[in-house]
Amino acid sequence: MTLLEPRLVSGGAADGHLEELRHDPIALMRRVRDECGDVGRFDLAGRPVILLSGADANEYFFRAPDEDLDQAGAYPFMTPIFGEGVVFDASPERRREALHNQALRGDMMRGHAQTIADEVGRMVAGWGAEGEIDLLDWFAELTIYTSSACLIGAKFRNQLDRRFAELYHDLERGTDALAFVDPYAPIESFRRRDQARTALVALVGRIMAGRAAAGPPARGDRDLLDVLMSIRNTGGAEVFSADEITGMFISMMFAGHHTSSGTAAWTLIELLRNPACLAGVVAELDGRYAGGADVSFEALREIPRLESAVKEALRLHPPLILLLRAATRELEVLGHRIRADALVGATPAISNRIAADFPEPDAFRPERYAEPRQEDLVNRWTWIPFGAGRHRCVGANFAMIQLKAIFSVLLRDWSFELAQPPGSYRNDHSKMVVQLARPCVVRYRRRGDAEAAA
Amino acid sequence: MRIEADLDLCQGHAMCEMEAPGVFSVPRKGKVTVAEPAPPQSQRAAVEAAVRFCPTQALRLVED
Repeated sequence: MTLLEPRLVSGGAADGHLEELRHDPIALMRRVRDECGDVGRFDLAGRPVILLSGADANEYFFRAPDEDLDQAGAYPFMTPIFGEGVVFDASPERRREALHNQALRGDMMRGHAQTIADEVGRMVAGWGAEGEIDLLDWFAELTIYTSSACLIGAKFRNQLDRRFAELYHDLERGTDALAFVDPYAPIESFRRRDQARTALVALVGRIMAGRAAAGPPARGDRDLLDVLMSIRNTGGAEVFSADEITGMFISMMFAGHHTSSGTAAWTLIELLRNPACLAGVVAELDGRYAGGADVSFEALREIPRLESAVKEALRLHPPLILLLRAATRELEVLGHRIRADALVGATPAISNRIAADFPEPDAFRPERYAEPRQEDLVNRWTWIPFGAGRHRCVGANFAMIQLKAIFSVLLRDWSFELAQPPGSYRNDHSKMVVQLARPCVVRYRRRGDAEAAA
Repeated sequence: MRIEADLDLCQGHAMCEMEAPGVFSVPRKGKVTVAEPAPPQSQRAAVEAAVRFCPTQALRLVED
């Protein structure tokens, strides 16, 4: 059988579709599906990107072994962030597995839920009876604390302040798609990215120096940083430098940071845009916590209305809009040829809104997850905010527990309202790491007060 | 009833082992082993919970 060449989407210029990917990636990917169907193509400065969508093509993508579709090399914009030349003793896959085994197993989750609830408590401790927050700043800072506390340890987290979150934000902003051509191109966001990484290494280095001066901690008081600092080679010298340890921490925290932060923000925005749904979630949480139940216990149980709201926020606003792999040899998908030098992509932003799978695809309808519809489970290859298959987000379970813990605390004690027109909240798609665009402000008020005033 | 595990999807979260310890086991590094692929009816509720709470939907319960 002759293989078809994937059809090339319209538009493009000398650099292919790079400029459009840098400014309006969703419009580009939607057009690929509209014009080309489940298997289409756009070009990035001479390199074809085969863009897949729909259940069959996505299943191919998510079941493909690493020997065919490789993650390494598919995300050139991450290399300067994690650190080039940083020597890890294991492949990304092995490190992911190690992280999973030590911090993300089911039996660790109860402790994490308590940690997260405590972190929210610390963040709201400085709130007055009412005020305003910038959702991007606020959730980005909170999730720096939760991810560092849960993945590295409370001791390390307690040595951080918002400066770490600000630097981390500059790393995330340094993900311009121009990196597909040159990750070190002389643009402002890349300069700030490199300055931020240098500053983070210095910050971690100061923490390490302080610990070295204080002497070895008691066994029960060690966090991951202590463990890494204690590893010596046969000559007795430290194996890992501040640069390498910072690189490890950045990469451990990366996948869970902007994703959880954005999802928390969008869940709150969508709940505030849909007051009836919000009332249902608040009533559900009030019922759970009326008897003084612990967040560490409840966040591990099903909280159906809240979970459905989170899932719907994830479907409409997936934190990762384009998942990429590099083909390692010539491949075939649904009768189409994939060239050996191609990138292959799957797109949560487009697949999550396929009308045949998700009726009223652009509307916030949390009821689609209740039985018997269960549209997330029924559409396992197109409901893909966490990806699917072999490389499905290993932190998905943790993420859901984190979001349940966050909203358990926030909505128990506070009421919120939009401080801008509902339609004015939107994402900034000018970087591969999608974040809320400013302004993105909401008002809060302590609950007893709000209800007394109403 | 019979249990099917899709090892392409399993990531070793071990939620199933917490729900139905005798039926599933998950090593510290690795994927699920179904110790009892055709469990007795007395285990049905636990196995259904394991299938439901699997974070990667890697488990299926097949009625013979």
